Amino acid sequence: MSFVQFLINGISLGSVYAIIALGYTMVYGIAKMLNFAHGDVIMIGAYTVLTLLTGAGVNPWLAVLIGMVTCTVLGITIEKIAYRPLRNASSSLAVLITAIGVSYFLQNIALLIFGADTKSFINIITLPPVSLAEGQIVLTGTTTVTIIACIIIMTGLTLFVNKTKPGRAMKAVSEDRGAAQLMGVNVNATISLTFAIGSGLAAIAGVLLCSAYPSLTPYTGAMPGIKAFVAAVFGGIGSIPGAMVGGILLGIIEILGKAYISSQVADAIVFAVLIIVLLVKPTGLFGKNIQEKV
Amino acid sequence: MAMLEVKNLSISFGGLRAVDGFNLKIEKGMLYGLIGPNGAGKTTVFNLLTGVYKPNEGKVMLDGKDITGKSIIDINKAGIARTFQNIRLFKELSVLDNVKAGLHNHNPYSTLTGILRLPKYYRVEKAMNEKAMEILKVFDLDGEADILASNLPYGKQRKLEIARAIATEPKLLLLDEPAAGMNPNETMELMDTIRFVREKFDATILLIEHDMKLVGGICEELTVLNFGQVLTQGKTDVVLNDPAVITAYLGE
Amino acid sequence: MKNLFKNMNKTTKSNLLTYALVIIVYIIVQIMLGTGSMSNLMKGLLVPLCVYVIAAISLNLVVGISGELSLGHAGFMCVGAYSSSFFSVLTKDALPELVRFPLAILIGAAVAAIFGILIGIPVLKLRGDYLAIVTLAFGEIIKNLMNVMYIGKDSKGLHFSATDTTALGLEEGGKVIVKGALGITGTPKNSNFTIGIILILIALFIILNLINSRSGRAIMAIRDNRIAAESVGLNITKYKLMAFTISAALAGVAGVLYAHNLSTLTVKKFDYNTSILILVFVVLGGIGNIRGSMIAAVLLTVLPEVLRGLSDYRMLIYAIVLIAMMLFNWAPAAINWRAKIKAKFKKNNAKEAE
Repeated sequence: MSFVQFLINGISLGSVYAIIALGYTMVYGIAKMLNFAHGDVIMIGAYTVLTLLTGAGVNPWLAVLIGMVTCTVLGITIEKIAYRPLRNASSSLAVLITAIGVSYFLQNIALLIFGADTKSFINIITLPPVSLAEGQIVLTGTTTVTIIACIIIMTGLTLFVNKTKPGRAMKAVSEDRGAAQLMGVNVNATISLTFAIGSGLAAIAGVLLCSAYPSLTPYTGAMPGIKAFVAAVFGGIGSIPGAMVGGILLGIIEILGKAYISSQVADAIVFAVLIIVLLVKPTGLFGKNIQEKV
Repeated sequence: MAMLEVKNLSISFGGLRAVDGFNLKIEKGMLYGLIGPNGAGKTTVFNLLTGVYKPNEGKVMLDGKDITGKSIIDINKAGIARTFQNIRLFKELSVLDNVKAGLHNHNPYSTLTGILRLPKYYRVEKAMNEKAMEILKVFDLDGEADILASNLPYGKQRKLEIARAIATEPKLLLLDEPAAGMNPNETMELMDTIRFVREKFDATILLIEHDMKLVGGICEELTVLNFGQVLTQGKTDVVLNDPAVITAYLGE
Repeated sequence: MKNLFKNMNKTTKSNLLTYALVIIVYIIVQIMLGTGSMSNLMKGLLVPLCVYVIAAISLNLVVGISGELSLGHAGFMCVGAYSSSFFSVLTKDALPELVRFPLAILIGAAVAAIFGILIGIPVLKLRGDYLAIVTLAFGEIIKNLMNVMYIGKDSKGLHFSATDTTALGLEEGGKVIVKGALGITGTPKNSNFTIGIILILIALFIILNLINSRSGRAIMAIRDNRIAAESVGLNITKYKLMAFTISAALAGVAGVLYAHNLSTLTVKKFDYNTSILILVFVVLGGIGNIRGSMIAAVLLTVLPEVLRGLSDYRMLIYAIVLIAMMLFNWAPAAINWRAKIKAKFKKNNAKEAE
């Protein structure tokens, strides 16, 4: 395969990372917490859609929509039950460990419901592949849809955050929760909304991810989730364009690493990138510097 | 030679000059007050003096030594200790251990000595305990030595913070609103303690305070800060009767 | 004698109790082994129990005492296991066991400590959440690299490769020691329960004495308030790195014990899930409570083996326990509620006393 083909595959995978990274970056920006369970919400979304498709023969569009609703409800519930009580806890470790617990919980509940064996995901994207440069480069339907979906989501979200009232409330809460509250912003509702959006997007990411890599297990979400967090850190946590750029760069690095170095150490390369980024520029490409007030 | 001499100290945050051309001279043994309306830059001055922020311009001399731009740790070692506006204790440590943490850099022993429990460990720990108890006694906290710092009532937490700062044997002690949140009785008691601490530990004290009664009661000289600049400085009674100061506090 | 015990301070007493607990368990197990009243299943668990106990108390040093979340503890175990196992296989014929195994333990600890320093220096400057994710990344990198590492030995010395055994280019009679994903085979089985208990006691000695010393106080002060700690002259990086490195070294020791208990060593056992499992021990036993994490490690390892029927739900139960414990112990609402109940209880007691 050609370099350009690898690049396209990288952008495609990176677009999925970018969509997942959005969930991390928004939640981190607004609730100031690392939602470890975000990757597992993706997995739940994928299982929901798959079950609807194979078990009930639901129309693919409707299945994705129901998957999004399921994840949204799941995200809001998790925040309400597990994270909100700890929002003012004296140790920031508390909510982080709880999030790990939630991640573990989702994986194991999926294990009980859906079993440990790998399920093969049905590709619902029927768009035909496009050949370019006399067949040297192939854009599969999934690739095209993934990249387009990523662009639409990014644009939509940027407009939402900047132009709408709830979006601006999100910005305000992420700047200064206390001040936002004093100005009449409903902080709880805003944080719920953030989890809702992030989780709804996770369902889309789940479908796109499993369309490209169609094997689904209870652990499918964990690794892409962690990598998407790396992408969010890479781009600068809290920044929406950062998530996009970070995600795509990471996807490209991973695919090129697999192609030209070794498929077994591609993950190690991705994580090495994280460590280097944090060393050189801890705030990421687009991040802001946060200093504790004395 | 002055204990503290600050010349033309300035810092900007994103274009805003939070502290602008700040000058200060404190003689050894003096009790000095830094006052001013909210947002005047008082705590920023403390943060500049203790190395939390690095100044854009200016010079800080402690007892004749240039400490400008040094790290927080080096400045503490050079002889400045402080308390914080919002109390910062080691909450999960005992009251005694809070003070012992302040004694950390005096008469140390190595980590290995500690792990292997060599004789030096027992010797130094014993001396540290005695020293810490002596300090706690000054603040009337010796009865609570073994309880967790977070379990102390508010007023005593403020005192413990001063005790911990004193344990580092500072030449200059910075107190950031020591009477904040205290009732009049507690404030009176605190004033006595501050005076006593100066005598007992031979310290020079610079304090930020809003409580005018406290400032007028114990400070010998004052500097008034407004919008990051020195409005006026001098003897306490003169400064407090300056019409410009009254205007700054009460508005036109 | 009684007076002596009375006059000791609370921490000394508590520490003695911890040591005593370990020794009592050792004696009971020895009696059970002597009378033949221990099942083979339990016998097989004895060394892994020691491994988990050491892993749990060393992780607690970082999580509880230093207040940083490390998700790569299994990575340090892995490094300790591999380096010591490699050494033992290499010197199997050259050194007697009495010299080789203690050396293997030291090597495992030292290599893990070096990794601890290498990873700690950059990472400890980061804020908590980043530290968690970087330690996780570290664990994954180690796993990945070990999976593609091939080391062989012939008369010319050691050969390394990152592709396969043939790429090592060994001459005839050469021996492959590390075989990529297949790991290391033929590690001498030197671990046993007695050595495990001795290592637990040493680990406890190091950790408990560290906590109750000048350095331990500094580590905890930094945990409680970084800015205040700096303002009294405590060197943040030095003490955070110290806790992290000692913890890594002890995790390495746990790895050594593990590796010398099995004939085949692969990286599979040192994945993210193992790191999480150890974290569960720490959280369940009480963050910062060394004795607690010891007990939790034993209970959570033995119980599921005894109650096989529950094995499907084991992990799910762990997850729920983890969440419930955090909410119960840390949520401000739960803390207030507990304080209220306590006050009520006290009041009632006082009434009864009247």
